[in-house]
Amino acid sequence: MSGLDSFVLGSFGMSVIAIVAMGFATVLMRTSGFWLMAHVTLTPRIRRMLEALPGSIVVAMVLPIVVKGGPVAVLGVTVAAALMALRGNQILAVTSGVVAAALARTLL
Amino acid sequence: MNTEKNAGSDSRAPYWSAAGLAEGVRLVLPAMPVMALFAFAFGTFAVQKGLDLSVATLMSAIMFAGASQFVAAEAWGNSQSLAGILTLVMFTAMVNLRFLLMSASMRPWLGSLHPWQSYPALAVLTEPGWLLGLRYRASGGADAAIVLGGGVAFWVIWVIGTQAGYLFGTFFSDPKRFGIDLVMPLFFIVVLVPLWRGPRRAAPWAVAGIVALLAAEFIPGQWYIMAGAISGCVTGGFIDERT
Repeated sequence: MSGLDSFVLGSFGMSVIAIVAMGFATVLMRTSGFWLMAHVTLTPRIRRMLEALPGSIVVAMVLPIVVKGGPVAVLGVTVAAALMALRGNQILAVTSGVVAAALARTLL
Repeated sequence: MNTEKNAGSDSRAPYWSAAGLAEGVRLVLPAMPVMALFAFAFGTFAVQKGLDLSVATLMSAIMFAGASQFVAAEAWGNSQSLAGILTLVMFTAMVNLRFLLMSASMRPWLGSLHPWQSYPALAVLTEPGWLLGLRYRASGGADAAIVLGGGVAFWVIWVIGTQAGYLFGTFFSDPKRFGIDLVMPLFFIVVLVPLWRGPRRAAPWAVAGIVALLAAEFIPGQWYIMAGAISGCVTGGFIDERT
């Protein structure tokens, strides 16, 4: 099967089809949550659920990465979060966290 | 559907203005280095996986979704058969499932606008753009055009950064040594800090974190994001019942 497909369309043709198909799947994800919520009545409870969603997504994405990253990642997160809370500067906070982690990896 | 008129009852009514596009670009400027670095890392990765420059560029231009592009590049050997492409599409949908939740969370803000004012913005939604947009909304902003403006600005940097990484990426042969692997997670944490509204409002985050950790431990693949996010979301629905 694989030989025939790329024989007919060429290697680059298959690549373009693959990328467009993946792009379509991505746009579908990006829009369908919004579309679905149009058909759900926004009761106070649903609204609270939506308000809790952003932070929940971020924590669910980041926490396993941080735990997997071990003490170095925890150090980076602590430095970044503390600087953000104290100084409120995103670039400063992220850069410092990354530098702290890189230093720890080099020195330890 | 009338309930949508009350969307964001604590903030100004949503609107869309051309001026908001430029405002959106300005709003995401601080996050540009993070985005560029991540795109650079993808370009570098694409070289390592033997992708053509044209393929890597098209991927960034059409998909515009970092995590799923890394997965696709990793599994790119599948791209030369229709069955393989189906596999790639399934991987992509799974990794990008979180966009479904992110776009759902935009409903209270963008829901009352014309589809032409909401859907293009959603098509270029990324985590940084989404988070910065929500923060703008939380601080009383109402112009929905900033989401599109910021999204397009990110897209330009994303495509250029991919090519730069592809062409000059050999420097980062070991991204871990420079802490590059932590740039994205740290950025998310940093944007989360101002959303802090005290421990009570953060209870859903705790639930999300615990469930995500458990799921990451016991369920293979990327399902832990959905498991954690939905648990936190449901918790949020119940948390304020007593007040």
